[in-house]
Amino acid sequence: MSKILVIGQHADGKLNSGIAKVVNAAKAIGGDIHVAVFANDGSAVAAQAAALDGVAKVLVVDRAGNDDYVASAIAPQIVALTQSGGYSHVLAAGTTSGKDFLPRVAAKLGVQQVSDIMAVHSATSFDRPIYAGNAILTVEAPASPCIVATIRLASFQATGAAAAAAPIEKISVDAVIPSHTRFVKLEAQKSERPELQSANRVVSGGRALGSSENFNIIYSLADKLKAGVGASRAAVDSGYVPNDMQVGQTGKIIAPELYFAIGISGAIQHLAGIKDARTIVAINKDPEAPIFEVADYGLVGDLFALVPELEAKA
Amino acid sequence: MKALVSVKRVIDYNVRIQVKPDGSGVVVDGVKHSVNPFDEIAMEEAVRLKEKGKLTEIIAVTVGGAKCEETLRTALAFGADRAVHVKVDEEIQPLTAAQALAAVFKKEGAELFFLGKQAIDDDAAQTGQMVAALLDLPQATFASKVEIDGGKATVTREVDAGLETLEFDLPGIITTDLRLNEPRYLKLPDIMKAKKKPIEVIGLGDLGITAAAGLKSVKTANPPKRSKGVMVKTVDELVTALKAKGLI
Repeated sequence: MSKILVIGQHADGKLNSGIAKVVNAAKAIGGDIHVAVFANDGSAVAAQAAALDGVAKVLVVDRAGNDDYVASAIAPQIVALTQSGGYSHVLAAGTTSGKDFLPRVAAKLGVQQVSDIMAVHSATSFDRPIYAGNAILTVEAPASPCIVATIRLASFQATGAAAAAAPIEKISVDAVIPSHTRFVKLEAQKSERPELQSANRVVSGGRALGSSENFNIIYSLADKLKAGVGASRAAVDSGYVPNDMQVGQTGKIIAPELYFAIGISGAIQHLAGIKDARTIVAINKDPEAPIFEVADYGLVGDLFALVPELEAKA
Repeated sequence: MKALVSVKRVIDYNVRIQVKPDGSGVVVDGVKHSVNPFDEIAMEEAVRLKEKGKLTEIIAVTVGGAKCEETLRTALAFGADRAVHVKVDEEIQPLTAAQALAAVFKKEGAELFFLGKQAIDDDAAQTGQMVAALLDLPQATFASKVEIDGGKATVTREVDAGLETLEFDLPGIITTDLRLNEPRYLKLPDIMKAKKKPIEVIGLGDLGITAAAGLKSVKTANPPKRSKGVMVKTVDELVTALKAKGLI
């Protein structure tokens, strides 16, 4: 029977919204699911993890500095816990943080990592995207010593609330933490809008917006629709919006119910980020733009006239 | 200070890949290949550091078959001083590549290792981090800004929440993200010079590595196709359609 360790990533006292999806992926694998919270003081985050349906136990590893999630500090703790706990699977969310620390864990355990699981066929067989999601690879991972994998959040629903909270246990792990790497600062964009990674609706703008001031029409439409905001790589490269808004193969992979691609041509790399969006609406002045090949609804015209009109009538 | 830069030969990012009908993989024969774009950014960063006088030597490395020599020649044209070709004919997975790269890093006495954050074919995004773990060294992934000074690296990283800055003591590993730099165009004189720069060819055995069993590829398939959409002529038509579906 599988014994699965889910890494309970968190920030600002909140469990990452993707963990509920990782737990769901763990349920598909089957077995005992434990969530490990590595924090300076993990009690608040642990309580949120304990409330997720499917979680059998939450382990809290408190250590000064854990909140910074420096990969070379977190990885040895995960390795120690995996080995002492005899876990068969170690799963992390496919966020920039999970991608940063988990490969270190895999290398130390001497196993190949499975990146971005999109479907679980069995405890050892998974689908993952390659070539920007233009091909799906089914892999069989050796069960022993253990399976290390990141979960593609856009491919899973979140697990629900548990009927009763899982037990929470404070533990210590025996790991050597190096001091060679130090967290300096995080410049985060604080926003009232729904978080791009988990928003049900997203409005994205491309390079056609032409300036950061012009992006205001995107923000305005998003606010009317209570949506998150995203952007193409070209818009980020041009400096119109910050990097955390980038949607695409090398940015965020999202799966909203409704996605508006405004002034976005639809390069392969951008489409990789939105393949799992339920409904895609494209507005572009170029009728030949590749985005219209994937859009459920396409509207050709000048976005500077159409977007304000859409906001007024939505 | 020596820097090692790893470059990978991948199908060119502009190519529309084709999945083989028998599910055994993606069509690669006769398809245009290039240097992984993120590795070009890694090469460019190393060359800029050398031009600033921070590096004394840049060694390019690749792990792959005979055709990968052209990838090394491109790295040499960028400005690497010499190259190492770890010649492997079978398909290798990130952990094995990482073991080989870690061994080369140690052998060359390098202090910095640059490579792309992910290869655009496998999209695994693991190798740099694995090299760092195998060597018990620091890592800074998804770098958008790098400063090397006084035995330390200060790296700004693109993360989900925004921009994170880390500092680490050298030696260490840096994986490069899109906005770190814009790689230069290669000029013909540099390409010609590259033909004369030395490439050392070695095997996994020379590094004391055996390719371990890893993930087995069961099949490769096309992604599910989206159903065809419709073009609408006006905003009114769009709003009506979305409201009918309960989407807005």
